[in-house]
Amino acid sequence: MSRLVSRLPGLWHRLGRSAEERLGWLLCAPAVLAMLLVTAYPILYALWLSLFRYDLRFPDRRTFVGLDNYASVLTSGVWWESVLNTLIITLGSVSVELILGMGLALLMHRAVFARRTLRASVLVPYGIITVVAALAWKFAFDPVTGFINPLVGVDHAWLSHRWSAFLVLILTEIWKTTPFMALLLMAGLTLVPKDVLDAARVDGASGPQRFFRITLPLMKPAILVALLFRTLDAFRIFDTVFIQTRGAQNTESVSVVGYNALITRLNLGLGSAVSVLIFVCVILIALLFIKGFGTRMSRPEEAR
Amino acid sequence: MRGGGGGVPEHRSLLDRLFWRVGTVVVIVFALLPVAWIASLSLKPAADLNDNRFLPRDVSLEHYRSIFQDPQFPAALWNSVGIATLSTVLSVILAMFAAYAIVRLRFRGRRLVLGAALSIAMFPPIAVVGPLFNLWRNLGLFDTWPGLILPYMTFTLPLAIWTLSAFFREIPWELDRAARVDGATPFQAFRHVIAPLAAPGVFTAAILVFIFAWNDFLFAAALTSTNDARTVPAAIAFFTGSSRFQLPTGSIAAASMVVTVPVLLVILAFQRRIVAGLTQGAVKG
Repeated sequence: MSRLVSRLPGLWHRLGRSAEERLGWLLCAPAVLAMLLVTAYPILYALWLSLFRYDLRFPDRRTFVGLDNYASVLTSGVWWESVLNTLIITLGSVSVELILGMGLALLMHRAVFARRTLRASVLVPYGIITVVAALAWKFAFDPVTGFINPLVGVDHAWLSHRWSAFLVLILTEIWKTTPFMALLLMAGLTLVPKDVLDAARVDGASGPQRFFRITLPLMKPAILVALLFRTLDAFRIFDTVFIQTRGAQNTESVSVVGYNALITRLNLGLGSAVSVLIFVCVILIALLFIKGFGTRMSRPEEAR
Repeated sequence: MRGGGGGVPEHRSLLDRLFWRVGTVVVIVFALLPVAWIASLSLKPAADLNDNRFLPRDVSLEHYRSIFQDPQFPAALWNSVGIATLSTVLSVILAMFAAYAIVRLRFRGRRLVLGAALSIAMFPPIAVVGPLFNLWRNLGLFDTWPGLILPYMTFTLPLAIWTLSAFFREIPWELDRAARVDGATPFQAFRHVIAPLAAPGVFTAAILVFIFAWNDFLFAAALTSTNDARTVPAAIAFFTGSSRFQLPTGSIAAASMVVTVPVLLVILAFQRRIVAGLTQGAVKG
């Protein structure tokens, strides 16, 4: 991004140079404007609001407090516990999804049996509203209505205990988003040249050898992109937690903390500080992936 | 995807084949399990809801009747359909302009547009919920259709721009010139040559955008408060039953089925395109 920003002056200089250039900007302008208006402007506004003590229940008492809101958030146990909870859910779901998604991608890639049914059913979790999926699993694990307890032969209130609640939350996330992970990985699989695999087979490489020595290294970029997208997606988890526990049993995610401060308690100052901190976390995760793994995230032009 | 079918004959052992077959069956069952469970709950008579059985003993449509008698659910359904449709139309139109420019024109900002789209795809929506809540209250957009359409349109633009750019790159645009040489007017060339080639991509982008808007809960929960604009996910989440402490399980299950089945049918009908749409952006990206 910073590289792009540093090019801005050059861009302005070139604006209006050719008709093609101008048409290009004209066609992109509505989309770019919409994106700036609904994301860039509000995040700056959030930054501004986060410097005030501003409670909508007492709007007249709005006062500038500098970084006090950040100090309160960063010294509160609730925030750090929610960061920990979010990391537990993120790591738990994304790591399992990577393994299952890889298996599923291989399965879809080479399936000879019930191929169409397989692909169609894999899209089912993707197409279901997250709220509905969260409720379905909640009811399934419910001791009064659910079928899981008799099935497993236990009598357990899953969502009333912290760790089993995490288990249900993570299972729901895995069910809902493994298909997406699998599709991204399958796209990477199709990029592995078949003749290389065939040659390796002729040379006597076993299936696992071909997978670990050829397929996996070649798929590294696709895996990292899939991991990055899913990690950021999991980190902002809201729907599932809100529906299944509402943050009870110490399962609050950072987004739920933000929502409760902003919408439930109408504390715009403190809530905005939480929003800005979540935004910073997301940027840190993205940077970690891009720098840490040296991913070439996007070079769409070169694919032409 | 093409040629990914393992058409090349390969000697696989019986055990190997059995392994993949069992895997396929397990995946299908696991993927469909919650849907079957919700369907079963929605059909159980109220008295049987707590029988802990996976399948219903008796079948009754009482929950479906009750959700349509209550004004809340039909209103939410109408809001969901209207808001998701309008967001889709707007997002796809804006994205079409942008994607056309990115694919067809040489200008210095292409990278900037794609980069901006990518960063918004990673943007946490909770970060703008508070400011939008306050802005919408002041602008009179709180609890209105435009109040949800604007964020949905914006947050789906990246997906639409990337999908459409990937599809547009595959279009042989020179055909347009060939048609013009053969005497077609620019409009005819567009209508009979380019539009049919672009339609599948536009359609795919539209499905993906619609699913996003249809699925959203965070904006709907934060930016609406009444039947005026509350969409189905928020309505289901805030459904109140006869008793304050008991979830109206049967009604929730029936409402869930009503909003799930049509979308699933569309997805199943266009599964190839959706898979292509979801994966193409990734490969080309």
